[in-house]
Amino acid sequence: MEHLVGILNYIVFFAITAGTYSILSLGLNIQWGNTGLFNIGIAGFYALGAYTSALLCGLPPSAWEGRTFGGFQLPFIVGLLGAAIVSGVVAMLVGAPTLRLRTDYLAIATIGIAETIRLILTNESWLTNGVWGFQQIPSPLYKTIHAATSAYLKGHPNLPVWLHDLISKSYDWFYLVLVLVVLFILYLIMERLVRSPWGRVIRAIREDEDATSMLGKNTFSFKMQALVLGAMIMGIGGSMYAHYARFISPVSFKPLYGTFIVWVMLILGGSGNNKGAILGGFTVWGIWAGTDFLTKYLPFTSTQSASLRVILIAVLLEVILLWRQQGLLPPKKHLFSQK
Amino acid sequence: MTTLAHIPQLLVYGIISGSIISLGGIGVSLTYSILGFSNFAHGDFMALGAYIALGLFTLFTGLGITNAPFGPLSFGFGFVLAFILAIALTAIAVILIDRLLFRRLRRSGPVILMMSSIGVALGLRNILQFFWSPQPHYYSQAIQPAVSLGVLNIRIKPDELFIIALAVVLVIVVHAFMRYTKMGKAMRAMADNATLAQVTGINTDRVIIWTWVIGAGLAATAGILAGIENKFITPELGWQMLLSIFAGVVLGGIGNPYGAILGGMVIGISEEVSTAFISTGYKPAVAFVIMIIMLLVKPTGLLGRKD
Repeated sequence: MEHLVGILNYIVFFAITAGTYSILSLGLNIQWGNTGLFNIGIAGFYALGAYTSALLCGLPPSAWEGRTFGGFQLPFIVGLLGAAIVSGVVAMLVGAPTLRLRTDYLAIATIGIAETIRLILTNESWLTNGVWGFQQIPSPLYKTIHAATSAYLKGHPNLPVWLHDLISKSYDWFYLVLVLVVLFILYLIMERLVRSPWGRVIRAIREDEDATSMLGKNTFSFKMQALVLGAMIMGIGGSMYAHYARFISPVSFKPLYGTFIVWVMLILGGSGNNKGAILGGFTVWGIWAGTDFLTKYLPFTSTQSASLRVILIAVLLEVILLWRQQGLLPPKKHLFSQK
Repeated sequence: MTTLAHIPQLLVYGIISGSIISLGGIGVSLTYSILGFSNFAHGDFMALGAYIALGLFTLFTGLGITNAPFGPLSFGFGFVLAFILAIALTAIAVILIDRLLFRRLRRSGPVILMMSSIGVALGLRNILQFFWSPQPHYYSQAIQPAVSLGVLNIRIKPDELFIIALAVVLVIVVHAFMRYTKMGKAMRAMADNATLAQVTGINTDRVIIWTWVIGAGLAATAGILAGIENKFITPELGWQMLLSIFAGVVLGGIGNPYGAILGGMVIGISEEVSTAFISTGYKPAVAFVIMIIMLLVKPTGLLGRKD
């Protein structure tokens, strides 16, 4: 029974991470899946969200920290919204010089902004505490839930071990529900949006931008809206990550790794399909976590195993591109079919 | 004042790193204009070349092939042999990657190719990491003293003069190839209009192979030169330069190899000179900011035509 609880606790941890990644994948789906915008700087917007939230909600700098600013101890929801706003504003700055040009320029600019953001996070210690990063980022309602759990466990000292183990992890269960609620709300909003006239315009841009432009639509403005909206969702993902991990540093946001895995999630799940984005998030994270177990049985060092896992994901991407570009759940034919 | 006194020296460093960035940029530019996509694996082709050279050099040293230094340079025959073979092997490896992936995806359009190149980038880098670990490896541990040029307190190492000279020679060779050979003309024709080139009987498949030979060959060269300049190589070597390379390519005018050379030089010099004023850690960000300013002022780049 204890064994089972151990597995269950792992599944909760797994689902929190997969849920957070699914938020990123959902954000990418509005940019790439629906509008055809090639953003390869996801890790940058994710990092911005995480750091903004940590700055707004975290503790003031302690004596031994390098930073001298921030830590306003604001409520979680302020951090979440702040994360969305900051990521959105930066996306606007990246979009302005590039969205009128061929999509390659957006790709190059987003990879550049992700790298620049990581350099700023590493170098501007007064703001970010440099390579040491933010510690003790408060988790929402942690004290309340933790106090209630401890009180309950103290009041019931004779619980079986497995039940004790299960209850002591109650905060993780709460956070899982929180992640899933945020994911579900974002999913509903995205579904409404892609079915709206706005959604039809951005999909038309994906299919044929010139034709859409000739129909009198300001395609630059629509592309900008999709880019900003997607980046805001990625910022929210960053905030959700920061408040669960409680510790963030520039290493958590390695530019290509953070970005790459989200791309594989969306492409595997099905670009252009919000359900696909979420399915891809859980599937690819499952594969990623699964290879962690598998490589432990191989006679390699831990860095070799880590490389092997990335190679496997890269192979997975190429296989999908070669043989199943539409992914597991292809987009529905919105444009011409009546439902 | 001390800062300003350093600037001539920084300019020289800038020309060295600009030479390497430009060699990388020519390949990116050719891939863009002839194959129609931004190749994000180009930096990792550089790293691949650097590691193949390392592997061959280690092998040759083991076989007892002499590496007695040429004059004041830090390397000799063994290393040069490894260098040349690494260029050839990198080109072959890249052509194989093209056969295996890019060729099959060409019909799916540039964005799918771009995506595939990102997969190749991460795959290659981690293959290198798997076999050689993420730790730095050295071509030579010997310390080479810099010599004074006798003007403005500029000091430069013989190896660095070699880097600049080789880059200049290669740029001239590529220029002559593009301008005066039949294949060079075919490549330019295909860059202008691929369909038209095919209709006129140009063997586009051969053009593509030559594009990779030049692009990957120069990438391997750039990677090995970066290894000589930095004194060590890591699997991230190419990725760390990719942003500067792309910034150079965009600055010069994407798809124009001469623009890539000019842009790469400007980026290399700007990055080095910037270290007199801001933290060295911000070098790639300097490249990025210059690129964004160029996109705002003239998106077609310094030498670009209308897209």
